[in-house]
Amino acid sequence: MPAFEPVLFARINKPDSTSLKSWQADGGYSRLKEFLSMAPADVTNIVKDSGLRGRGGAGFPTGLKWTFLPKDHPGPIYLAINADESEPGTFNNRYLMEKDPHQLIEGIILACHAIRSNRAYLYLRYEYGTSYRVLDAAIRECHAAGILGKNIQGTGFDLDIILHRGAGAYICGEETGLIESLEGKRAWPRIKPPFPAIEGLFRKPTIVNNVETLCCVTHILYRGIEWFKSIGVQPDPSNPRDPGSFGPKLYCVSGHVNRPCCVELPLGVTARELIEEHAGGVWKGRKAKAVVPGGISMGFLSDKELDTKLDFAGPGKVGCLGLGTAAVVVVDDQTSMVDVLHNCCRFMSHESCGQCTPCREGTHWMTKILERIRSGNGRSEDLDLLLEVAGSMGIIPGTTICGLSDGAAWPVKNAINKFRPEFEEYIRSRKSSVTSAQKMMAAH
Amino acid sequence: MATVLVNGKEVEIGANERLNCIQVASKVGEEIPAYCWHPELSVVASCRMCLVEVGDKKPDGTVAMQPKLVPGCQTPVKDGTVIVSDSPKVQEARKATLEYLLLNHPLDCPTCDQAGECYLQDYSFNYGRGYSRLNEPKNIKPDKEYIGDQITLFTDRCIMCTRCVRFTREISGSAELQVVSRGSHEEIDIFPGHPVNNPLAGNVVDICPVGALCSKDFLYQQRVWWLKSTNSVCTGCSTGCSITVDQNEDRVYRVKPRPNPQAQGHFMCDEGRFGWKYTHSDQRLVSPEIRVNGQVSSRDWDQTVISVRNAVKKAAAGKGKLAAVLSPWMTVEEAWLLSSFLRSLSPNAVLALGPVRVTGHDEHFPKDVHGKPVTPTKFTIRAEKAPNRNGVQAVLSHFTGDVMPFEELLRLASAGQFSTVFLTGGDPEGWITELQAEAFSDVESVIVQDFLPSPVLQHATHILPSGTFVEREGTVINHKGLAQLIRRSVRGPDGTRPDTRILWELAERTGLPQTEVLRREISTAIPALAALTNPELRELGTLLSTAQPAGASA
Repeated sequence: MPAFEPVLFARINKPDSTSLKSWQADGGYSRLKEFLSMAPADVTNIVKDSGLRGRGGAGFPTGLKWTFLPKDHPGPIYLAINADESEPGTFNNRYLMEKDPHQLIEGIILACHAIRSNRAYLYLRYEYGTSYRVLDAAIRECHAAGILGKNIQGTGFDLDIILHRGAGAYICGEETGLIESLEGKRAWPRIKPPFPAIEGLFRKPTIVNNVETLCCVTHILYRGIEWFKSIGVQPDPSNPRDPGSFGPKLYCVSGHVNRPCCVELPLGVTARELIEEHAGGVWKGRKAKAVVPGGISMGFLSDKELDTKLDFAGPGKVGCLGLGTAAVVVVDDQTSMVDVLHNCCRFMSHESCGQCTPCREGTHWMTKILERIRSGNGRSEDLDLLLEVAGSMGIIPGTTICGLSDGAAWPVKNAINKFRPEFEEYIRSRKSSVTSAQKMMAAH
Repeated sequence: MATVLVNGKEVEIGANERLNCIQVASKVGEEIPAYCWHPELSVVASCRMCLVEVGDKKPDGTVAMQPKLVPGCQTPVKDGTVIVSDSPKVQEARKATLEYLLLNHPLDCPTCDQAGECYLQDYSFNYGRGYSRLNEPKNIKPDKEYIGDQITLFTDRCIMCTRCVRFTREISGSAELQVVSRGSHEEIDIFPGHPVNNPLAGNVVDICPVGALCSKDFLYQQRVWWLKSTNSVCTGCSTGCSITVDQNEDRVYRVKPRPNPQAQGHFMCDEGRFGWKYTHSDQRLVSPEIRVNGQVSSRDWDQTVISVRNAVKKAAAGKGKLAAVLSPWMTVEEAWLLSSFLRSLSPNAVLALGPVRVTGHDEHFPKDVHGKPVTPTKFTIRAEKAPNRNGVQAVLSHFTGDVMPFEELLRLASAGQFSTVFLTGGDPEGWITELQAEAFSDVESVIVQDFLPSPVLQHATHILPSGTFVEREGTVINHKGLAQLIRRSVRGPDGTRPDTRILWELAERTGLPQTEVLRREISTAIPALAALTNPELRELGTLLSTAQPAGASA
């Protein structure tokens, strides 16, 4: 197998990589006119045939999503770009936006052409100040160069990108929560159906795509379907419903490693390879105890499962929820899983939008139980209670309005099922991770 | 025609019926519990109480069930839909949801007004687990000090169904209520300085499925299981909202809207909701009087009725004319009793319609931020405050053809045309001014049937203390010709009598006063009111065949 050559990250270390000139020097926008003169359906078909799956977490086939738009809709149709990157441990979109904005903008233009949209809303996480400034400058440059705005390069295609800074909530990254937030409302995810492709932003058909997904669209069009399909994992022949995991993917590795990094690799790399070869191994010479495969809502891999392939199907085979954002967080063997799980639950409880009863109350309850365990007052029956609560929050994925509830329940299910002896020992020995100072704080 | 299977029971639904699982299940008596869903509000599917198993029956008879539970409120049914709401999976999900809802609930039922009619209590009893497994301190949120003149918010009891928020956004349009904070910290609150004081504010108390929003007027007055409810109709305006009157020991404690798609829908306005207080006014007329030269000569009911009857008969037989004012607050039966009695004595007796109070303009809801009504209209408070102009007019026009307005009768009275007038009141806001009352100063016999004092009493020779709408029974016909039954729910104060009884005895009818008998007479005599004998009258009312009954004018 030939050495993998990064594509998405090909330019991030170049000087002046954010400028229009530099992107054009590397061939960017060179075939834009050609692609814009293609029929929108043809562009959609290319993306569909490439097998590109959304990089935001759910892995839904991008081209298929585009075809859900109503045919012959008089418009407007909107594209919303989800840049509200807030899954803990995830920072791939940030690199893409800060270092190579034109790669994204070209993807946006191509996607908008494919879905016949003349307006794209880029929903940017508020905390990403640098990304905002870089993208803002890049969009201005494009307008000045006739790459955005009216009649792009004489093709008759109009497009405006509206850069919208978010309001600092995890739930704004949920497809419909993002749409509500864009409309100026509380980011409460909507009930589906109708799906956004039928009725989304401002009650118009809307496609919501992740930043990395759109960057891939750029390269699929320039390099072709064959190139894209040559990378990654082929569909499992024994499972006719598996569309495969094609293309390059940005993996973020963080946590207890020597060299936290964001690295572009073909889909299907193992967690062990990521840690050992790209992140410099587990820090302080320790061993990994647990690894989050793709953001904490996907659950945990135990140390025995490190050879799991991190493609769209892999983590699911070992009881995780999925690949998620491919944000790998490493937990070393000196860290208590009780503390790790408590941290996950605290995050989810803080970020639950509060709409659905199971998520609003369940996340908070699980956090309280774990707080009690951490203060040395755990009971052996708490573990089964936690499992039951987690079980009723997502009876099977999808019993609440959005996926946050499932994502909050999954790490609990995984951690207790895979590390039960550790939890039992923690409770039996009345260990406590809370200092007396923290206890005093909690009492007030 | 579509067929839906609910727990194995077949339900037929009409081709144009758009129903969700909850509505279909209720048709065959299967309850799917729900908190956030309300038939008049948008669907949010957030309480997750109505989770059910749903599937499709294929043409070959096999059933394909969806693997996950779905909210019944959000799932429309179609031909072949299979709903299972009693499987162990559904029961487990309900149990879990109820445990969540009760986790931080204060369980202060002994001091909560909602106890006894609380969905949290009912569903916990029917579907819950019976005890909580929470070992940590409850997350108790402090109650709000002030959110409106008529309503209180006990924040800790709230289950965040957001019905109240949606009500103020979608029905009243005033949008005072909102959700603040996030996750388990979220609360219902107002924007500072913008309390919930819209004319429909009281409805949020009714739609609150728990005891979070309570009525200040009813707060700590009664336990709801002491109350006895009677179906009735609000007589506050010509909309004629269907209501229930809740009373205990002859005292009304509250009035609640009764859903009626033909009348008003699910709600009622605060004007009507709190507008029954005059019933227990200490100003009530509580003793019949015969006055001779301004001095009370008798306070005996029997003597007063005989004296009134003699005065009326004397006028009918003598030279002076007999006249009567029929208030639009009367029921159809009362108007019929009085008119038919007077006309039987004297075919020339003058019958006029009492003053119809009109205040401002019809107020339509929802309103936008500028206060302008938005279509589709969800609720209307009508400017015409009389509940039964249509009904009384229909009776009057049967006897007199054209209906004489009140002003015309006043003119004739001032001109000395009448020797006896029979005046009926009934408008709690007052129906006659000092100046208008002067018209009767020289009339020989002035008979006043009313429940509150008015300027005309100074000229009265006979006073007949009558009942308010909660003390009477009879039919009122609203602005669009919907006839509904108001019912007697309390006994009036000692010394008063319901109008039907007064008039029944006056007319020397035998037996007990029965409105049913009167309705039969009316439906035979007046074709426009023939539908009054329909059995639907007793429930949601009957729409008279002509939208505007005969004689009704704009």
